[in-house]
Amino acid sequence: MGFQGRDVISILDFTRNDLEELFEVADYYLRNRRAYTLLQDYVVALAFFEPSTRTRLSFETAAKLLGAKVIGFTSEEGTSIAKGESLADTIRMLDAYADIIVIRHRYEGTALFAAEIAEDPVINAGDGKQHHPTQAMLDLYTVRRLFGTIDGLTYAVVGDLRYGRAASSFIYGLTLFKPRKIYLVSPPLLRARPEVLETLRERGVKFEEASRVDDVIEDVDVLYVTRIQKERFPDPIEYERVKGSYRITLKLLEKGKRELKVLHPLPKVDEIEPAVDSSRYAAYFTQASFGVPVRMALLSLIAGVRP
Amino acid sequence: MNLGEPSSLTVSKIRNGTVIDHIPAGKALLVLRILGITGREGLRTAVLMNVESKKLGRKDIIKIEGRELTSDEVNVIALVAPSATINIIRNYTVYKKLKVTIPQEIRGFIRCPNPTCITNRRREGLVTRFRVVKREPLTLQCVYCGTMITQEELEDLISM
Ligand SMILES: [Zn+2]
Repeated sequence: MGFQGRDVISILDFTRNDLEELFEVADYYLRNRRAYTLLQDYVVALAFFEPSTRTRLSFETAAKLLGAKVIGFTSEEGTSIAKGESLADTIRMLDAYADIIVIRHRYEGTALFAAEIAEDPVINAGDGKQHHPTQAMLDLYTVRRLFGTIDGLTYAVVGDLRYGRAASSFIYGLTLFKPRKIYLVSPPLLRARPEVLETLRERGVKFEEASRVDDVIEDVDVLYVTRIQKERFPDPIEYERVKGSYRITLKLLEKGKRELKVLHPLPKVDEIEPAVDSSRYAAYFTQASFGVPVRMALLSLIAGVRP
Repeated sequence: MNLGEPSSLTVSKIRNGTVIDHIPAGKALLVLRILGITGREGLRTAVLMNVESKKLGRKDIIKIEGRELTSDEVNVIALVAPSATINIIRNYTVYKKLKVTIPQEIRGFIRCPNPTCITNRRREGLVTRFRVVKREPLTLQCVYCGTMITQEELEDLISM
């Protein structure tokens, strides 16, 4: 199934072949960073009902580098939704004005709902705690750039696996490949959701839940660290109790493999010691920089054009 | 249609409508809820609970005069009463027997337990969609938010 005209709701909707095609196009944009006119007749709507900096800016940059016009909003405030308009009507409006709709919303399932309403392709830029497929695409792309492969490596996904959509999406994304093993490292309160574990089982991916990074660090090639987000907690006391327990320090990383790389979807707060930033382990700034070429690749494939 | 129950509770035959038999004992009210039958519709409805059954030990029976169930409705009954048998009655005789099988996807009837699921935004008026992940034991998954629900949770999530 090709990309043209396609909705991007979950990374699980894609195959390994799809992603390999995407990565090749991303490679091209990475090597040939310039302004294109491929999407000059396109309007891309960025409908961010929930605030975002990195994802929104990288979509905007990607769209503009491809020559598209960009419209949108960056929070629910000031939109007609705040005045009581239904989401469905807002989507219909965007569908009329734009050619591709990028949507982020704090409710799970919003992107799928939008895709059911809109004729335009809809790209999920994050729906609540559930999916963030374009983040997973750039995360997998980063691993491929760093190691030359996604298969055969051992991963540890650390932090908030229950409410964190980047973590869930990365885990889902790995199931499209052949990881040697995935460690799911989180406080008991923030374990991966049942549907995520079920997907791992269903797809025959070897995984193990763990509570301490220290216990698994020696075995790991890719350490995927996520922020424990306060706003995902129903109870702020619960947040205060767990936030300090998953800090990544240089000392901890030195117990691991020499080639170990640390990924993080960013923004990070204090879950990674600043000294790690300039070490050979840190790959998260490179990872973030891949957001633009990967999203350029996605937008152009959806539009049915190639560089 | 003779129910042949050795029971002193007798309910007369219906002329046109539906008889739902072999409902697990105690689940008749839940079945009515699925069908949206509250009594206010004016349908003549008989509910027999905890009657003797050779197959089930005890069972419930529902007879609805004047309404033929659709196969969609019948299939949702399977969620709470997989053993149920359904007879459509026309002119006092069994016109059609319907088998209950849980469909691969259930639209409506079930509420998603996740408060931040888009289907719980009342203003949007969405119909829920659940897909069957496993049949034994029954496990369903919300198509919108991914939340999984089990048989035990299901009964509380059947909405009117
Ligand atoms: Zn749901």
